[in-house]
Amino acid sequence: MTAAPVEATALRKSFRDKDLGEITAIDGLSLSVRQGELTALVGPDGAGKTTLMRMFAGLLKPDQGSLHVLGIDVARDPQQVQDRISYMPQRFGLYEDLSVQENLDLYADLHGVPQDQRRDRFARMLEMTDMARFTARPAGKLSGGMKQKLGLACTLVRSPDLLLLDEPSVGVDPLSRRDLWKIVLQLVDDEGLSVIVSTSYMDEAERCAQVHVMHRGRLLATGTPAELREKARGLTFVATPIAGMPARDLQARLIDVPDLVIDAVPQGGNVRFIRRPEADAARLAGLLDGASSASRPEELEDSFMILLREQDQGASPVATDMPPSGAADNGQPVIVVRDLVRKFGDFTAVASTSFQVGRGEIFGLLGPNGAGKTTTFRMLCGLLPATSGQLEVAGRNLRVARAQARARIGYVAQKFALYGNLSVRQNLEFFGGAYGLGGRLLRDRIAQTVRQFDLDPAAQSGLLPAGYKQRLAMATGLLHRPEILFLDEPTSGIDPLARRAFWRRITSLAKGGVTIIVTTHFMEEAEYCDRIAIQDAGEMLAIGTPQQVRELAGDAGARDMNSAFIAIVETARARREAA
Amino acid sequence: MSGARTRLIALTRKEVRQMLRDRSNLIVGLALPVVLILLFGYGLSFDVTDARIAVVMEDSSAATMNAVAGLAGSDYLSPIWTHSMPEAEALIRAGQADAILRVPAEFTRDLLHGQGHLQLILNGVDSNTAQSIESYATGAIQTALAHISDRQGGPAASASVAIVQRTWFNEAGNSTWFLVPGLIVLVMTLIGAFLTSLLIAREWERGTLESLFVTPARPIEMVLAKLAPYLVIGVIDLTMCLIAAKFVFGVPIRGSLWIIILSSLLYLLVSLALGLVISGVTRNQFAASQMALLASFMPALMLSGFVFDLRNVPVAMQVISNLLPATHFMGLIKTLFMAGDYWPQILRANLTLAAYAVVLVVIATRTLAKKLD
Amino acid sequence: MQALLLYIAQTFALIRKEMLALLKDPSSRALLFAPALMQTLLFGYGATYDLTHAPFAVLDQSRSAASVEITARIEGTGVFSRVATLDNASQIAQQIDSGKALLVVVFPADFESRLAAGTESPMQVILDGRNSATSGAAAGQVAAIVAAYNQSLGAGPPVTITRRAWFNPNFESRWNLMPAMIASLSMLQTLMIAALSVAREREQGTFDQLLVTPLTPSQILIGKALPAIFVGLAQSTIIFLIILFWFRIPMAGSVWLLYGGLLTFTVAAVGIGLSISAVSLSMQQAMLYTFMLVMPLMLLSGLLTPVRNMPHVLQVVTYLNPLRFGIDIVRRVYLEGAGFADVAPNFLPLVAVAAVTLPLAAWLFRNRLG
Repeated sequence: MTAAPVEATALRKSFRDKDLGEITAIDGLSLSVRQGELTALVGPDGAGKTTLMRMFAGLLKPDQGSLHVLGIDVARDPQQVQDRISYMPQRFGLYEDLSVQENLDLYADLHGVPQDQRRDRFARMLEMTDMARFTARPAGKLSGGMKQKLGLACTLVRSPDLLLLDEPSVGVDPLSRRDLWKIVLQLVDDEGLSVIVSTSYMDEAERCAQVHVMHRGRLLATGTPAELREKARGLTFVATPIAGMPARDLQARLIDVPDLVIDAVPQGGNVRFIRRPEADAARLAGLLDGASSASRPEELEDSFMILLREQDQGASPVATDMPPSGAADNGQPVIVVRDLVRKFGDFTAVASTSFQVGRGEIFGLLGPNGAGKTTTFRMLCGLLPATSGQLEVAGRNLRVARAQARARIGYVAQKFALYGNLSVRQNLEFFGGAYGLGGRLLRDRIAQTVRQFDLDPAAQSGLLPAGYKQRLAMATGLLHRPEILFLDEPTSGIDPLARRAFWRRITSLAKGGVTIIVTTHFMEEAEYCDRIAIQDAGEMLAIGTPQQVRELAGDAGARDMNSAFIAIVETARARREAA
Repeated sequence: MSGARTRLIALTRKEVRQMLRDRSNLIVGLALPVVLILLFGYGLSFDVTDARIAVVMEDSSAATMNAVAGLAGSDYLSPIWTHSMPEAEALIRAGQADAILRVPAEFTRDLLHGQGHLQLILNGVDSNTAQSIESYATGAIQTALAHISDRQGGPAASASVAIVQRTWFNEAGNSTWFLVPGLIVLVMTLIGAFLTSLLIAREWERGTLESLFVTPARPIEMVLAKLAPYLVIGVIDLTMCLIAAKFVFGVPIRGSLWIIILSSLLYLLVSLALGLVISGVTRNQFAASQMALLASFMPALMLSGFVFDLRNVPVAMQVISNLLPATHFMGLIKTLFMAGDYWPQILRANLTLAAYAVVLVVIATRTLAKKLD
Repeated sequence: MQALLLYIAQTFALIRKEMLALLKDPSSRALLFAPALMQTLLFGYGATYDLTHAPFAVLDQSRSAASVEITARIEGTGVFSRVATLDNASQIAQQIDSGKALLVVVFPADFESRLAAGTESPMQVILDGRNSATSGAAAGQVAAIVAAYNQSLGAGPPVTITRRAWFNPNFESRWNLMPAMIASLSMLQTLMIAALSVAREREQGTFDQLLVTPLTPSQILIGKALPAIFVGLAQSTIIFLIILFWFRIPMAGSVWLLYGGLLTFTVAAVGIGLSISAVSLSMQQAMLYTFMLVMPLMLLSGLLTPVRNMPHVLQVVTYLNPLRFGIDIVRRVYLEGAGFADVAPNFLPLVAVAAVTLPLAAWLFRNRLG
C-alpha cells in the first residue's frame, strides 16, 4: 500500500478526427499524486483533464509513456485498477428509471460492499447528501444538483483506494456544491482517502493540497495553492467605481485593455483586477479614470488567470461590436410576469411568481437546482403552458402568439441543444433560415457571427469543447438579432477565461438595448446583472439589484454574493420548515 | 467467486427493473406476440376460398349448364355469371374476379363430336392463387362431366394412371400448420431484434457505461445480466405460442415437447445475443434499430424457409440462408411439430445454434470491453 | 406573397437541415440505401414459391416401360430433379423426414399389368407436407404430368381446358412478390425515419430550440415529412430499377401512375410515423411502437398471403392499412397495366390516413407535454 496513487511519466494520447486529423489530447505529461491527499487538476476547456482522468481509470490506453495507478500498470491490467478505485465521470451515468436506493444498491453490490457495512454507509451518504427523504424517487426525477450528489454517493458506496472526480460540481448550485465538498473533505479527513478532482472552480482547487494546472495536454504549473498564489503577488487590486457608475462598466473598461490589465471581474459593487507587472502606472490611472483602487490579497484564481493569459498571449480580445437591438425604447417593461403558477400534478414547480424586466436590462434568475428556474424559462419562451397567471414577453404570450412573435426572442437552453452532427456553419444556416434570414443577409450575418465568436465554421458542433459549444449556442441565439435573449445556465461547465469572454459579450449586448434574462450557478456572475431574483422551491425569495440582495442577506451578504445566496435560501428553508 | 455472483445478481436486478419500468418493452415483449399469434393463426392463409371466377356463357345449352354446374358446387370457387368477354375482362381489371371461364359458342357442337374446348383465363399476378384456382376449376368441371358420363352409361374406366396422393405430416394441406410453428421462430427473433438490440446502445448514449466500467463488474457479467430478463420474456412467449398452437389452432405436436422447448431456448439465446451484438457494435439506438430490423427480422421472415421453401432457391441463396441461425431453427421446429423427433436434424441444428450462441456471446462481451476509444 | 416566400424559405431551411442530418455521413447514407439494394436482390432470389429442381425420389417396383416413361416425364419438366432411386418402401421415410426429397413417387409391382388390362392403375405420390404451399404446388405439377400421359393413352376427358394466364404468363411468384417489395421494403425504413425524427430531437433537447423559432407546426411537419418521403421514394426507385432491369419483370403500366401511387402511399406512411414520433418521449419508445405497428401492417397487407384468404373481420381491418393499398396499386399498375380509373378506389384510404395522421402529428408537436 505504499505505492503512489498515480505515477505518470511522459504520457501521450492522441485521437484521430476525420476532419481535423490527429488531435493531441495529452502531450508528454508527467505527474505524480500523493497518498491521502486531495489533488486538483485545473485547466481551461480542452486542456485534456477528462482524457487524463479516463486514462487513470483504465478507460483509455496511453499511446506512449507509462502510467501506474496504485502501483499497477493500468494499460496492462485495467480491471485490477477498476476493482480498487472509484470514478465519477463528468456525466455520472445514473440509471434514471431506477430509484435513488436502487442506484445505490446496484453500485454497492458491484463493489461488493458487505451488507453489515452497507447500512451505516448508506445512512451516512444519505444524510450527507440530504437525500434520505427521496430514496424511492426515480433518479431521473431529481434536480441536476441532486443527481450529481447521488452520483457522488454511488461512487462512494465504499472507501476506494483512490477516488477520481471529473468536474463534480458542473451545473450544481452553491448549496449542493458546498454539501458535495463537505462529503469529500470529510472522507479525506476520516479515511485518509486519496482524491483527484478536476474542476474549473478555483475556490475548489484552493482547498486541495496539490494543484496541477493543465493546458493543451501539458502541465503549466504544479504546487500547493500557496505556492501557486505567489505568482500573483503584488498584482492584485480592487477598484471602487465612482458614484453612479455600474461596476460592470468599469470592469468592461479594464478588461478591454489587455496590455495593462490581465483580468477584471465585478464583485460586491467593486471591480477586482490584476494588473500586468509591466503596466505603465500612469496609463493605468488614466484607465481607472477616478475610480479608487487598493491592493487586495492574491487568490488562486488570480494566478490561474495569469498563467492562462501567458499562454493565450496572441489570442484576440473578445469582439464587443455586438449588434444593437432594433427595437425602440418606449419605457415599457419588456417582460411582465404576474402571479405565474405552474403545477405538475400535485407538485408546484413555480408558485405565484411576479416580476418585470425593462428594456436593455440584464436580469439574473438565481436559485438552487430544482428551484423552478428552468420551468419559468420554458413558460416565458412559450414551450410550456402556465397553469395560471399572466405572462407577457414583448407584449405577448408566446404560447398563443403568432409564430413571428417568437422571432423577437433568442433562447439558449441549459443543455447544448444544437445539432451535434452538423457543422457550425450548417447549424447557423439552419437557424438563420428558420428565422427567415436568407441569401446575402444570412451569409453576411454568419460571417460576422463566426468572427465575433471566434468559431471554426467547418468544425462538427457535437465535438466542440464545452466553451465553444456555449459560444455556438449563443451565436445561434443571436443570429436573428432578438430583442430579448434567454440564457439558461449558459456558463456551467466552461472555464473562467471563456466565462469572462461570455460576460463581456453580454454586457455589450445589453448596452445595445438587448434585454437579457439569465440563470447561473456562479454567484459572482450575478454581479454583472442589473437586477437579480432568487428563487427556491418555486417561490421568489428576493428581488432587486445585487447590492440590495446582498443587503437583504445581512452580515452574510456583505462578503460576497455566494454567501448572500446561501444565507437567503437557508433562512427561507428554515422558515418553511418551521411553518 | 461470491463477488461475481453478487455482481451478476445486482446487474440482473437492474436490467429487470429497467425492463419493467418502460411499458413499451412489455408491450413489444408480451402483447406483440399475442397479436402475431392471432394474425398467424387466423389472418394468414395460403388456402384459397371463394375465388371469384367470371363465367362467360357464349353457349347456354343444357350440356353447357351441366358442365359448369360443378363450379357452383365447389367450396373454393364462387362463379359470377356474365354474358360477354368484355364484361368479364372488366371484372378482372377492376380486381373483382380472379379468373374467367369462357364457354365458346361452338362448345355443345364440339362436345358432340367428342372434343369440347373450354378456355380458362387466369389473373397470373398472384401465381399461387391462380394455380389453385386452375386446379379447383379443372377438377370441378372434370368431376361434373364424369357424372354426366356415368349417368349416360358412358364407357367404363379405360386404361389410365390414377394418382394416389399421400401428403405426410399435413394431409389436409392446411397452411396454418406450417405457419404457426414458423411463428415461434419469428417471435423468438423479434424479442432479440427489438428488445435487446437497444440495451447496450442506450447505455452508451446515456453515458451510464462510463460509470459502470470503473467498477469490478466484468463485461461477461453485464452481457449475462442483459440476457437473463429477456430469456424469461421469451419463455413466456414460447409458452403462449405452444398453447395457442396446440389448443387454439390444433396444430399437431408430434415431436417431444422437451426438445421443442430446449431448442427454442437455445435459439432464443442466439437471437438475444445477436441483438446485443448489434447494440454493442453500433453504440447508437438509431442505427441499432435499423440494423436489427434489417439484419434479423426481415431475413427470418423472408429467407429462413418460413414461407418460401429453401429447396426452390438457387444454390447461392441456400448458402446465404444457411448462414442465418433462423434457418436452422425454422427447419428444426417444423420437423419437430409436424414430423416428430428426427435425431440427425435435432443434433445438427442444435449444435449449429450452440456454436452461434457461443460466438455471439463472446462478441457481445468484446463490445463491452472497458474501453472508450 | 412576401409571407408565402418567407414560409417557403423557412421550411426549406428545415428540410435542408433534416436532409443533412440524414445524409451527412457515409455510414448513415449507406444505412439508408444499401439495405434496400441488398434486400431486393436477396428476396428476389430467395423469396419464391416456384418449384425449381424440386428433389424427388422414385421407388419403382414395376420396372416397366410405363413407369420409366412417367418418371422421365416428371424429370423432363425441369421442375423436378431426381435425387434418389429407392429399393424398398422402408427407405421412403428417411428421404422425406430428412427433407432430401420433397416427394417420393411409388409405382407398385402391378403398375403396368393393370394398365395393360385396360383398368385404372394407381401410382402413389408421397409428399412432404411441412410446407403446404410447396407440397400443394408439387402435387399439382405431378397431376398435370399424369393427365398429359393419360391423354397420350387416349384416355383423355371429353372436354379439354386450355389455360391462359394474363399478366404473369408463366406463373412466376417472383412477379407477384417483387413489385410488392417496392412499397413494403421502403415503408419499413420510411416509417422508422419518420418515427425517430421528432423523438430523437426530443431526447437530444433540440426540439425545444426548434419550437422557439418562428417555425409553425405546419412548417415543422413539412420539414420533417418531406425528407422522409424523399428517402422512401428513393428507396422505392432503387427497388423498382432492380426489378425492372435486373430481374427483368416487364412493366405494363404507366410510370407516372406508379409514382403517383407510391407518393400517396409514402405520405400516408410518413403521417403514421410522425404521429408515433410526436407521441413518443424517447427514441426507444418510438422504435418499439413502430415495430409494434410494422408487423401487423406487413402481415395484413397481402404481401405474403392474399387479403382475400383472411377472415372477413380482418379484411375489414385492412382498410386502415396503407400498405395493403400501396401494394395493390403497385402490383396492378406494374403487372396489369391498370389505369387510374382501375386503381382509383385504392387512393381513398391512403388519402384518408394521411389526412388524419399528418394534422394530428402537427398538433401533437406543440401540445405533447414532455
